[in-house]
Amino acid sequence: MASRSEAVAVPVSSVTISRNRTIALVGNPNAGKSTVFNRLTGLRQKTANYPGVTVEKRIGRLQLERDLIDLIDLPGTYSLSPGSDDERIAIDVLLGRMAGTPEPNVVLAVIDGTRLYQGLYLLEQLVELGRPLVVALTMTDAAAQKNVSVDTAKLSELLGNVPICEVVATTGRGIKELRAALGDALDADAPEPRTFWPALRRAAEGIAAELGNDMPRGPSIIEIERALIDADEAGVAKLREALGQRADELVETARRTICAGEPPLACEARARYDWIRSVLPAVQHDAGAHARVGAIVADWINRPIPATVLFLGLMAVIFQAVFAWATPVMDMIDAAASALGAAIQTTLPDGILASFLADGVIAGVGSVIIFLPQILILFLFIIIMEDTGYLARAAFLVDRAMRSVGLSGQSVIPLLSSFACAVPAIMATRVIPNRRDRIATILAAPFMTCSARLPVYALLIAAFVPVANVGPLNLQGLVLFGLYMVGIVGGLLTALLLRRSALRGPKPTFILALPEFHWPNPQTVLIKLLDRARVFLRRAGTVIFTVAVVVWVLAYFPRSEEIESQRDTAIAAAEATLVDVALEDAVADIENEAAAAHLGQSWLGRAGRVVEPVFRPLGWDWRVSAAVIAGFPAREVVVAVLGTIYAVGAEADEATLTERLQNARWPDGQLVFTLPTVLGLLLFYAWCLQCAATVATIKRETNSWRWPIFAWTYMTTLGYVGALMLYQLGSS
Amino acid sequence: MTLADLQRGDRARITAIATSEASVQRLMIMGLVEGAELECVGASLGGDPVEYRLFGGKVSLRRDDGQRFEIEKLSTDG
Repeated sequence: MASRSEAVAVPVSSVTISRNRTIALVGNPNAGKSTVFNRLTGLRQKTANYPGVTVEKRIGRLQLERDLIDLIDLPGTYSLSPGSDDERIAIDVLLGRMAGTPEPNVVLAVIDGTRLYQGLYLLEQLVELGRPLVVALTMTDAAAQKNVSVDTAKLSELLGNVPICEVVATTGRGIKELRAALGDALDADAPEPRTFWPALRRAAEGIAAELGNDMPRGPSIIEIERALIDADEAGVAKLREALGQRADELVETARRTICAGEPPLACEARARYDWIRSVLPAVQHDAGAHARVGAIVADWINRPIPATVLFLGLMAVIFQAVFAWATPVMDMIDAAASALGAAIQTTLPDGILASFLADGVIAGVGSVIIFLPQILILFLFIIIMEDTGYLARAAFLVDRAMRSVGLSGQSVIPLLSSFACAVPAIMATRVIPNRRDRIATILAAPFMTCSARLPVYALLIAAFVPVANVGPLNLQGLVLFGLYMVGIVGGLLTALLLRRSALRGPKPTFILALPEFHWPNPQTVLIKLLDRARVFLRRAGTVIFTVAVVVWVLAYFPRSEEIESQRDTAIAAAEATLVDVALEDAVADIENEAAAAHLGQSWLGRAGRVVEPVFRPLGWDWRVSAAVIAGFPAREVVVAVLGTIYAVGAEADEATLTERLQNARWPDGQLVFTLPTVLGLLLFYAWCLQCAATVATIKRETNSWRWPIFAWTYMTTLGYVGALMLYQLGSS
Repeated sequence: MTLADLQRGDRARITAIATSEASVQRLMIMGLVEGAELECVGASLGGDPVEYRLFGGKVSLRRDDGQRFEIEKLSTDG
């Protein structure tokens, strides 16, 4: 790690912070961009957002000699023609027209040595941009394994003496030279203008001449070129502003001259690849004979059947890891939170402060942290799959199946992630380029059975589904499996319906570059993991914590003096007659009864009574209704609320709570929890969007309240109607 | 004959492209232009999408998009 030690050699006090100098890092997707970024900046990086969009802006600090320079990691792109929101941002920053982001002084292009053919397209355009340019050529080790070598000196010459550094990001080789080249480029003047497609440059210069010199802030030559080529209206609008009616006329004429009626993008591709094919034999030498063992294995494993087996196996491992490996840690967190809560209850005097700290704050923090082990394991797998290039393979494999519900292969990883938690799943939909696909995936994700639903499922199934076998299968297990299926079917049908109605659009396409498999870089994996954990804690954590405190307030207030005095009387009476264990049991019972009475007349309990008529047709009494209301902001609190409401304490031991539920009765003596009620309740939990963190994440990721409001209303209605039908049909 | 007709192991050169669709233009930006030579690496589960090797890089596309690319087959040993 020569680069890191070199970085700390200069004392921080003598470093000049040159905030006005910026390097933009750009490259094809999967070209190894983020690894180069992490190699250059280490942990000195932060994330922000570009205005108005959810694309993350990653900025790192790069120390060159005595200067600290901002390095912006741009989203991957194949060209300067935007095909998605991500690409548009990369292009706007490069053209210096992104609000809030300074024009880059130097462009650092990351080019994949195994895919030079495609990389040269972007490289041509970046040279034409006219900013000082440095090229980091990655994956040359992988290319060498295939007996492919790149003549960097020749390539540099062909591009107009652009410095090219071979970088092996996994080992850090070449990073030192890259830093030196970047330092030189920052001090260099703008290079000579250059073009690889003279026809376009001539046309753009013709229009620039029409603009004259009286437009100091008018479009640059490159912007005029992009306006001519891209269907992007922003560029043309800028010309219209300067030239009025004449602009459209000039653009039309220029397009006809260059493209003779063909789509400009197609012409550009032809012109540029003509040049690329003419120079490629001179810069890339393929000695052939790449029948290595690794390649043969890779080829075989990519065939449909082995690939499917591998995919299913991998998913099984991930599920196993998320649910089994995380459990011990989650139990420890749970136990620690309970112990801490109990310690507070015993040390502090009974009352509002103790209750707030134990049931509000600690329970709130605990309910955030308890998800971390699962989320971190899930993120770790996703990041490794991303970093090795497997994610693209998985998308390729399942595309056909996903298309039958109107989605594409890229939706599969977000949907699978939502079996742990919908929040990271919705964040992971950013890889989906098509906006309609992305929103359909976002709305399908909360249907998948997340880990917060499991405690409710486990409690109700254990209490009301008989222990019996259906053939060789366990009935309780079958019901749980059925609930997973109900979620999957609900989500996929929702996606399908949306793609046929509100999100109907042109035939979806699936164009994907499939990167070669490569080993993940531990540093990159670690940095990404920390980054996403931080984002989760900040976004979901604050929501979940707030919710826990709000639920506590609703369940605690208003406080009844009468119940308190009854409790004191009852305890005094017990102390007078009982001793030892019998006394302890009696006091615990009294405490639990008092807690239940308090909850019954708290705002939450009152709310339960108020809405009982609404849920009555579903077979729910006010207690169930109150628990359901408490679960709307965060479904994970439901078991604790049920525990309190049925007077077994919030730390209910399941056997006791099960017994109470089994014996819960209506005032007329009938049982509350009949099988139809329970199945309805389970279905309600499977379909209902009871998670404020998910709602907030949908709002963030779709940038409007429209979709979260729709998702909440739609899922709640679906859950209600489903439960209603199950109960009414089952009870008649 | 179009890209969609290629079998695993077949090699071909693109001869003409129906350029009107945006998705076809994206594919052209990724290097699928007239004169480009590629090899069909194989299809995914269910026969779609299909993976092609193109000057060392690999690209996958659906058969619908592949039909926009006219090709001539090349002998497999070349």
